[in-house]
Amino acid sequence: MAAISREEVAHLARLSRLAVTEEELDTFAGQLDVILQAVAQVGEVAAADIPPTSHSVPLTNIFREDVVTPCLTPQEALSGAPDAEDQRFRVPRILSEDVAS
Amino acid sequence: MTTTLPAYDEVVARYEPVIGLETHVELGTNTKMFCGCPTDFGGEPNTRVCPVCLGLPGALPVANKAAIEAIIRIGLALNCSIAEWCRFARKNYFYPDMPKNFQISQYDEPICVDGYLDVEVGGETVRIEIERVHLEEDTGKTLHVGGATGRIHGATESLVDYNRAGIPLVEIVTKPIPGTGALAPDVARAYVTELRDVIRTLGVSDVRMEEGSLRCDVNTSLNLPGQEWGTRTETKNVNSLRSVERAVRSEMLRQASVLDAGGRITQETRHFHEETGDTTPGRSKETATDYRYFPEPDLVPIAPDPAWVAELKAALPELPRVHRRRLQQQWGLSDLDMQSVLNAGAVELIEATVAAGTTPAAARKWWLGELSRRANESGVELADIGATPAQVAELQGLVDAGKLNDKMARAVLEGVVDGEGSPTEIMTNRGLEVVSDTGALTAAVDEAIAANPDIADKIRSGKVAAAGALVGAVMKTTRGQADAKTVRELVLERLGVQG
Repeated sequence: MAAISREEVAHLARLSRLAVTEEELDTFAGQLDVILQAVAQVGEVAAADIPPTSHSVPLTNIFREDVVTPCLTPQEALSGAPDAEDQRFRVPRILSEDVAS
Repeated sequence: MTTTLPAYDEVVARYEPVIGLETHVELGTNTKMFCGCPTDFGGEPNTRVCPVCLGLPGALPVANKAAIEAIIRIGLALNCSIAEWCRFARKNYFYPDMPKNFQISQYDEPICVDGYLDVEVGGETVRIEIERVHLEEDTGKTLHVGGATGRIHGATESLVDYNRAGIPLVEIVTKPIPGTGALAPDVARAYVTELRDVIRTLGVSDVRMEEGSLRCDVNTSLNLPGQEWGTRTETKNVNSLRSVERAVRSEMLRQASVLDAGGRITQETRHFHEETGDTTPGRSKETATDYRYFPEPDLVPIAPDPAWVAELKAALPELPRVHRRRLQQQWGLSDLDMQSVLNAGAVELIEATVAAGTTPAAARKWWLGELSRRANESGVELADIGATPAQVAELQGLVDAGKLNDKMARAVLEGVVDGEGSPTEIMTNRGLEVVSDTGALTAAVDEAIAANPDIADKIRSGKVAAAGALVGAVMKTTRGQADAKTVRELVLERLGVQG
């Protein structure tokens, strides 16, 4: 059975705002499936005594002190933006979506 | 908007509400959650940004220790358990308010869980169960342009300022709160008020709803008695304590009218409108984004040292409930009187007025009397009425010094609320001062006696009660600026009668 369905690829493309054609869906579903199958091999060696791992380094509690450091200038901040107006990033409108949190 | 809403009493007689509250608090740290950019409110657009909060390639976040400490203290104050080990998570979504296309948040491993907050409503203690308290980063501010209203509909583009992006944000989520019946709106308000006071006492945020450092989403559902809980809606954009109460109430009325008509409630986000007090639909939750949370690989797990947590717990300040009980004793108030002080949002105001030298009774009289009345009339919070504790103390000082009588003091207070200046200035400007010059007062009394010989005779013959008419006449000639008691004494003295 495929590790990822064509529908799942279409769903991910929609979430990422990528316009993907019907043909591309077939191509990407096939390619992603190969990648996921390869990664899934890890699951074959993982035993019950190996906990799921999210971080490769055994560290916790790396904090910084609450001290202000220099910021970028607005010019620097906006220098890589495709477009800017009134010292703000200018982006196409986004409809029917809410902000997070 | 054309449907007629049922009466509130009928709604709560037929349905049982379940509410839930999700509150966001911006922490008052010096710097952002994962970088050293400052967090001050306002500022020119995009002047408080760096590669980390702009999500530039290669930039790595590091957690702010002060924010971790602050959330643990909030959790402890809310009687939560503090996780021994937890991780941040990426919440993936495509919207330009976060430049990274994800928000660093917490998902299934919040740092604080299973707490509670006791609140007083109608003389009863209601325990609000807290499900979780977690840490995340605030979003940037988007300005929609090209449309007529500045709202998203009709806009052709958005302008984004990332100054706020990355400011530490604490999210506090209650468990569903059933069983409050008709009091549901009051419970919601009392909870947010108490939460605000707790957080302010901890000194970790300025919790100002009008500046957005305290924001609230309100979940509401209705069900028939004995039946399963209904479908809930989430009302956003609730920006004052009064709105919290109004949002619950208006959503209860709206849902009841839908259910009464045989309809069903859609699970959706609704937006609260301050001007009208009602809500309109936003995004439908059925098509909600799939956030694809996963552990944040760029931040290592947090494992608070139990000794550190114990130390923070031991150092918690006196919490508002305990503090209020102490004040109640000091002020000598009954539970009922204290409750009305609390309901009016006057505890801190009275406390500050007393600290400025006024007696508790006088401070309470002004804040619960004239000022509460004015606040109700103009629909604002008592704290925002425009009079400060220092001004109220100054006013009472003038009364105590015999310069203002009660009626004049009320007029001066009106002036203070209307922004005319300090009580002393208003007293001078409006020419309001008790006529204490006995010469002038005696002349006015003599004049009244001469003008009313019949009444004067009655008083001389022992009908002391008739003195009221002469006192009234004197008050009239002095345009109310005399102390009635002094005038009465003077009238009797001039007529040679014992009071």
